Amino acid sequence: MSASAPPTLAVEHLTTRFATRDGTVTAVDDVSFSVAPGEVLGLVGESGSGKSMTGFSILGLVDPPGEIAAGSIRLNGRELRGLSAAEWRALRGDRIAMIFQDPMMTLNPVLRIDTQMIETVRAHRRLGRAAARDLARDALARVGIPSPDERLRAYPHELSGGMRQRVAIAIALLNAPDLIIADEPTTALDVTIQAQILFEMQTLCRQSGTALIWITHDLAVVAGLADRVCVMYAGRIVEQGSTAQVLETPAHPYTRGLLDSTPAVQTASCNAGQARPLHPIPGMAPSLRALPPGCAFCPRCGRASTACEATPPLVEPAPGHVVRCFHPLVTTLDEAAR
Amino acid sequence: MPLFILRRGLQALNVLFVMSLLVFAGVYAIGNPLDLLVDPNATQEDMARAAASLGLDQPLWVQYGRFLARALQGDLGDSFLHGAPALGLIVERLPATLELAVVAMLVAVLLGIPLGLWAGLRPDSLPGKTIMAGSILGFSLPTFWVGLMLIMVFAVQLGWLPAGGRGPTTDVLGVSTSLLTMEGWRHLLLPAANLALFKLSLIIRLTRSGTREALLQDYVKFARAKGLSNVRVVGVHVLKNILIPIVTVVGLEFGSLIAFSVVTESIFAWPGMGKLLLDSITQLDRPVVVAYLLLVVTLYVVINLTVDLLYAALDPRVRLAGARQ
Repeated sequence: MSASAPPTLAVEHLTTRFATRDGTVTAVDDVSFSVAPGEVLGLVGESGSGKSMTGFSILGLVDPPGEIAAGSIRLNGRELRGLSAAEWRALRGDRIAMIFQDPMMTLNPVLRIDTQMIETVRAHRRLGRAAARDLARDALARVGIPSPDERLRAYPHELSGGMRQRVAIAIALLNAPDLIIADEPTTALDVTIQAQILFEMQTLCRQSGTALIWITHDLAVVAGLADRVCVMYAGRIVEQGSTAQVLETPAHPYTRGLLDSTPAVQTASCNAGQARPLHPIPGMAPSLRALPPGCAFCPRCGRASTACEATPPLVEPAPGHVVRCFHPLVTTLDEAAR
Repeated sequence: MPLFILRRGLQALNVLFVMSLLVFAGVYAIGNPLDLLVDPNATQEDMARAAASLGLDQPLWVQYGRFLARALQGDLGDSFLHGAPALGLIVERLPATLELAVVAMLVAVLLGIPLGLWAGLRPDSLPGKTIMAGSILGFSLPTFWVGLMLIMVFAVQLGWLPAGGRGPTTDVLGVSTSLLTMEGWRHLLLPAANLALFKLSLIIRLTRSGTREALLQDYVKFARAKGLSNVRVVGVHVLKNILIPIVTVVGLEFGSLIAFSVVTESIFAWPGMGKLLLDSITQLDRPVVVAYLLLVVTLYVVINLTVDLLYAALDPRVRLAGARQ
């Protein structure tokens, strides 16, 4: 899919570092991926794996002492690294929008919904208040908010969590961006609301050809939503491929471990004896301040050998399926088929 | 809302009643004003006549009862010392104190909020650190010392500004003010600066800590992700959130400026209410002390009411407590 259309976003060798008192911390390490128009990319990893920081890097919102140290970010072919503050600002909220995790915190509690929406439109387009308000109302209606005119006059605390997240999504959609970065936007919501919002986001992006990067720790969400998946560990992408490739024939031991740590829903018809046992990954995610040399997953990995103390090579078991490992679980198409 | 204000008014009457009781008993306990008012060589009959004319020969509860009965008709009694109505004496001096307090508070707010924002946005920059260091000085230097230094430098050494007094005043609608003449402003400048310094430091620190906290909030990140200008993010999204604690403190501090600027008024010989209170206490002029404190309580009630109403205007989550009941 990504091969056919020119990508909306192409990230190459992106490296984001933070200067701390104890030395430099590399939060995002040599990350490369691309997203095509209308495509949904799942960015999966545990807390602290650098997935959110990847999102902030693409938005140019890495605050000092952090900085993008290397790599390139191209949006529709235009290089974003080295843009001035004003050029970044013109891009943010217009061509690239972001949705955050906690809908209770993302909307300003003391400003009305209409204020927060109209300012988003008027920051990027020369429009009157009334015209901007009409756009805001349409956006609210599009994300399934009933009686949008009333909601526009409401304050955030008068809306439920799901409703607020819809408002945040409507704000992201306002200027018809080329790319939306969604940072775990459904984690804080009820499962039923989560499913509705996932479905709506998917439909909206397909219709408008908006590329979507969905940052999550939840493989179940990725399975239902994403076209392609990147798995991040300790700031690096360890495996990337189509959703089917990554979830059905995982090649990296870490991806396998993540899948085995994910509980499957057990129904009444399911024999308790047949329930798939959970296999949590032993140990803890490493501190970015003290990463082991070579493969960062090595200390927790059952397949590790002394070779893993060097930087692992990229292996491509199938076209588009890339894994960074000395001992991948699958190395060829034949193995994957088995 | 009218219900809320009514409830507050009733509460205020309670506070006023208790306050008058406390002050009445308190001043009674300190000493007998007759000892100060009447010539020590006066005869016993003279003393008794003076006591009777002021009502001081009665037991305390009778005196208080008489005071209360007249207070309910709006008469807070005559000053023992001046013979004039106590309230009138105070109100006469109110404009001088009020204009000093307003100018001092305006200086503190108009300088304090921008400086605090700057220090909060760039805490590690040289200006940011300088502002904070300055605010620590403003906090810790005693007011009387700063007042004396101001006089030393600007009045004595440089000779730019007068050392004290109120200067010429103009009457506007029966209220005297020094804000309309250049000379009046020159007299006002030093005492106002003296009073403003502490409040300024307070507002700077409050604004700075609020700003630093707000900047970490998701709504600020989200506002920046929307592509808003820094001016809008700071001036609207941050400021409106941090204004709530600032309004509270400004209200309370404004009250204390009006009621208790005694030190500054004394140093700069400013003919305000603070000076009057001081004199009345030393002379045990009970009607003036009682009237003064009742006026101050009323003032605080009005200021707090204003602050609460502003709260509700600033923060949509705030419901006025009386509005529901």
